Amino acid sequence: MISPAGPSLASALAALLVRDLRLAVRIGGGALMGVLFFLAVVTLVPFAVGPDLALLRRIGPAMLWLGALLANLLALDRLLASDYEDGSLDLLLLARPPLELALAVKAAAQWLATGLPLVLAAPLLGLLLDIEPAAMGAVALTLLAGTPALTFIGLVGAGLAVTLRRGGLLLPILVLPLAVPVLIFGVSASNAAVVGPVPFGPPFMILCALTLVGLVVGPFAAAAALRHGME
Amino acid sequence: MELVADRLRCVRGGREVFAGIGFRVRAGEALVVTGPNGAGKSSLLRALAGLVRLAEGQAALLGADPELTLAEQAHFVGHLDPVKPSLTVAENLAFWARFYGGVQGRDVHDSLAAVGLGGLAHLPAAYLSAGQRRRLSLARLVAVGRPVWLLDEPTAALDAAAHARFAGLMREHLGRGGLIVVATHVPLGLEGAQALRLGEAP
Amino acid sequence: MALIDLANPTRFLAFAERALPWLAGAAAAAFAAGLYLAWFVAPDDYQQGATVKIMFVHVPAAWLGMAAWALMSLAALGTLVWRHPLADVAARSAAPIGAAFTFLCLVTGALWGRPMWGAYWVWDARLTSMLVLFLMYLGLLALWRAVEDPARAGRLVAVLTLVGAINLPIIKFSVDWWNTLHQPASVFRLGGPTIDPSLLWPLMVMALAFTLLFAVVQLAAMRNEILRRRVRALRIMQAQAAQRA
Repeated sequence: MISPAGPSLASALAALLVRDLRLAVRIGGGALMGVLFFLAVVTLVPFAVGPDLALLRRIGPAMLWLGALLANLLALDRLLASDYEDGSLDLLLLARPPLELALAVKAAAQWLATGLPLVLAAPLLGLLLDIEPAAMGAVALTLLAGTPALTFIGLVGAGLAVTLRRGGLLLPILVLPLAVPVLIFGVSASNAAVVGPVPFGPPFMILCALTLVGLVVGPFAAAAALRHGME
Repeated sequence: MELVADRLRCVRGGREVFAGIGFRVRAGEALVVTGPNGAGKSSLLRALAGLVRLAEGQAALLGADPELTLAEQAHFVGHLDPVKPSLTVAENLAFWARFYGGVQGRDVHDSLAAVGLGGLAHLPAAYLSAGQRRRLSLARLVAVGRPVWLLDEPTAALDAAAHARFAGLMREHLGRGGLIVVATHVPLGLEGAQALRLGEAP
Repeated sequence: MALIDLANPTRFLAFAERALPWLAGAAAAAFAAGLYLAWFVAPDDYQQGATVKIMFVHVPAAWLGMAAWALMSLAALGTLVWRHPLADVAARSAAPIGAAFTFLCLVTGALWGRPMWGAYWVWDARLTSMLVLFLMYLGLLALWRAVEDPARAGRLVAVLTLVGAINLPIIKFSVDWWNTLHQPASVFRLGGPTIDPSLLWPLMVMALAFTLLFAVVQLAAMRNEILRRRVRALRIMQAQAAQRA
């Protein structure tokens, strides 16, 4: 007789994390696409505003944040879509680990594969915009604290859009307004570090708070969206 | 253990797909669902798996762990094969085996051998044919023990040999006291199975 | 052996095995000579001091970064027009090498620029064009990686390569125009318009050394790519054989 035994939740979630990271780095995976896009966006800025280093230094943190935001958005489309298209999402819904946790793990894997490289690439791109090393450290720190919020907010958008035809086009429209607070506090913390005289602490703390809220709200909202959207 | 469904009714997009469906499937029994295209076979299976909302009625697994829902004790095989082309055959199966957890059935290599993919464990799944992908998908049922199998056209894309092998796996599952609800167009070789015909009277 | 015989991958593999040691030896010799000339013979610049010696790496890297795209464009024609079996192997192998040389050019340019401009990067027209070239290489590599079947990827990449070949001069022109628009010609130009013969000779030897290095890496990469495709074909055959069994 077959009897259900206690599944190991941690082992199941670890398996999901490893699988998603493997998929991101294998052929056809999107791990480095975000960084490429980030580089392209940052490179385009001087063509639009001119190569004046003083100006670039001033707007640099904002440009890095915008670039990171857009690069993050670009990768969101595939966060749930590939699992939806091949039926994996059905099976994730049926499995014993709660869907909320599974989605949180998927978003974490997505951030490790696409968000973290952006944080690591930012200092290099900071060279292109002539941002000083200390200020660049601060910008990288704000990106480290803020990009998880973008991914987890994006998770909600991905959950809403995935079951729709042409959802990929809908996704940015849904997610961009939700990302406004993250952008505001990310850029103001970065600017505080670059030009002063406003203190770095308060906006940075709010940014961290936004990320924590995202970590909690994102998976629940996305799971609710999926449960209602799947047919 | 007994799967009981009572007065199931399903509405999708404002259209009633089926209504008043009821059945009981006991341990070791199979229910074969047949019917023309669009009669609601897939909807019925997805509803049993909890993937589609039921407008009325309910389905439950009696005599099993009350902590778990029917879906959590069921394997669902739909039209799609959840196979990632860039992972190897073994990695694909090992993931689902670990993610589903619960009772470990046979290990990954035995399960692959059971569906006839024994020698291909290390190959990227991208190289598999449609039939081989389906067999990889079915290997999940062997690798993780769950009492209820919900199968939607499981043998589509399978050739005669693979078909016969899978019929053997189904009989083995029933012999161990499992339950199967299967939608199909073709005879599966399950003797003594109950039959449910959908969309009989328009 | 006629060139056409090399079209056969097996012949090519045999040729590569024989040619590689010789080419590698020639590259090593050219590098020894070039580095000796660059270190000990070429004079320091009266303005830039010893930093001018970065030029001996920077300029050949820039040339080869561009030459690799030219080679890929020829290979792209070979893929699309003549359907040559080795053409997309050559393109596949040249792309990362060209990207690496372009990246080397950018890094050495930044290192050179630091003492000159006081910043690692200024949006100088030549460097900026190389940066755009680098972006195009990365896009190309991303396209190679996105498609599993190498033959199909080869055809798609060939289209992008040719579009790039047409676009690169336009990009170069636009960047020059953009740059002069914003910055009058007072900027220091890397490489300079005129070059003293005492610097020119070491530069030419280094360029030869880099070209030989390119040839060595390219041949080795093509050999590896052919072997990689054979492994892939064997594995697909294995999957098919299992299907029939």
